[in-house]
Amino acid sequence: METQELARNKSFEVEQREWKLRQRKERGKQLLTIVSPLFLLVLWEVMSRTGILDIRFFPPPSTIVQTFYDMVVSGVMAKHVGVSLYRIFIGFLAGVIPGIIVGLLMGLYSPIRHFVQPIVMALMPIPTLALLPIIIILFGIGDLSKVVTIAGSVFFPVVINTAAGVLNIDKIYLDVASNYQTSRWNFFFKIALPGALPVMLEGIQMGQAIALLTIVAAEMMGATSGIGYLIWTSYKAFLLPEMYVGLILISFFGYLFSLILRALQNKLLPWR
Amino acid sequence: MEGKPKITVDGLMKAFYKKQGSVIALEDISLTVAEGEFVCLVGPSGCGKTTLLRILAGLEQPSVGSFTIASETNNRPLQSMVFQERGVIPWLTVRENVAFGLKMRNLPKAFINERTDFYLKKTGLERFASLYPKELSGGMKQRVSIARAFANDPEILLMDEPFGALDEQNRFILQEELLSIWAETKKTVLFITHSIDEALLLSDRILLMGAQPGKIIEEIIIDVPRPRKMEDVRKDPEMATKFIEIWRHLQEEVQKSRE
Repeated sequence: METQELARNKSFEVEQREWKLRQRKERGKQLLTIVSPLFLLVLWEVMSRTGILDIRFFPPPSTIVQTFYDMVVSGVMAKHVGVSLYRIFIGFLAGVIPGIIVGLLMGLYSPIRHFVQPIVMALMPIPTLALLPIIIILFGIGDLSKVVTIAGSVFFPVVINTAAGVLNIDKIYLDVASNYQTSRWNFFFKIALPGALPVMLEGIQMGQAIALLTIVAAEMMGATSGIGYLIWTSYKAFLLPEMYVGLILISFFGYLFSLILRALQNKLLPWR
Repeated sequence: MEGKPKITVDGLMKAFYKKQGSVIALEDISLTVAEGEFVCLVGPSGCGKTTLLRILAGLEQPSVGSFTIASETNNRPLQSMVFQERGVIPWLTVRENVAFGLKMRNLPKAFINERTDFYLKKTGLERFASLYPKELSGGMKQRVSIARAFANDPEILLMDEPFGALDEQNRFILQEELLSIWAETKKTVLFITHSIDEALLLSDRILLMGAQPGKIIEEIIIDVPRPRKMEDVRKDPEMATKFIEIWRHLQEEVQKSRE
């Protein structure tokens, strides 16, 4: 009897130890994720300070941070970032909203799909940036041309994913809707829209990344402000720490927007 | 067969058109189902039983022939379908799923809530009302589908192999639950299954279907007294004979379709 008790305690202990070990491994993995970018930065710092990397092309991160600080203090930063964020935001919305509307129409009505699809397919491979000269002629060198460029780039992934999202809704839900006499209005808001939402949000996530890629390039040509302008003019003046500040800003905003959209996704899709 | 006819199907034919020509899925189907009767359609896969049900559900149009579902009041929907497990809508909560038919008909809110509560309770889903279907087991999902159809209070219920994807124990439990709800509401039910046992337990009458083209080949009356339990049906030697009779018919049909 006693020995049995003992054996049970023993096996319980073993299990607990194993559990702790697993926990420790999990924490170890999390640590690795945090450490990896820091490791890269430290490596960079050491290599450019010791001259393994050419300091003219790869200024050490500490210098970049100092430059960043100076730019924030002088107010240069706020101006460029503000302008770019404004353009991204408006351009993003101007691409996403029509993208969703056209995508839903394409998904819901097959004549529209058959008419619009070839046009979308033909226009999609043309980089909006290649059209930038024309866009600048038409819309000037102000905010509008940047907004149009971003909108044009964001539109395509959103339209394609939204249409695919509607088309991929399981047929059985359409049967359920029809069997329970769902009106057109209810069908749209209770079946088509929520059913298409997961794939649609993936498209919007893609659009967000494209918006950032586009803004930098759009501001390099025919612009007088913005993060892209900052990168381009710093590069031309060989002010590389300033250029890196611009690049790091883009990377930061890309990460931030992804996090925001992920959170939105979790909020909008509690049923997934 | 006593009682007024509730469903009348008259000379129904359905053909599907494909590249290689047309396929006749249903040929000259005529049947009546009496008010309050529970009828099972049993047949090999591909015999057109689902097509027949879909026509009655208004999801498909017959090529030739017609059917009527008798209705006394006009504020009741003619039919509601209990779909297979996948038919529970994943982005609606259990409660919203059960209320779906009522909401689509724009009924007063208080009425919808009362009716939804009643059927959530009846199917034992109260505790799960605010969950999404992904958090439910297969059996629970199927209860949602059943509650949704009953809550809609249609003239007749159509069921498309609702327990096909469940494991055996769960299937037994849900079959008995279904019978108890049905006994209270006295709905007319047309139920598709390929399980002979299921048909014997549930039906007042079994219609056996043959394949290619789909037609009704045999009618079998099940007069085991209700309320029934699985055990009653299993113990009854007459039911064992009927099981074998049905099995012989189906075997023949399956053989024929292979040739």
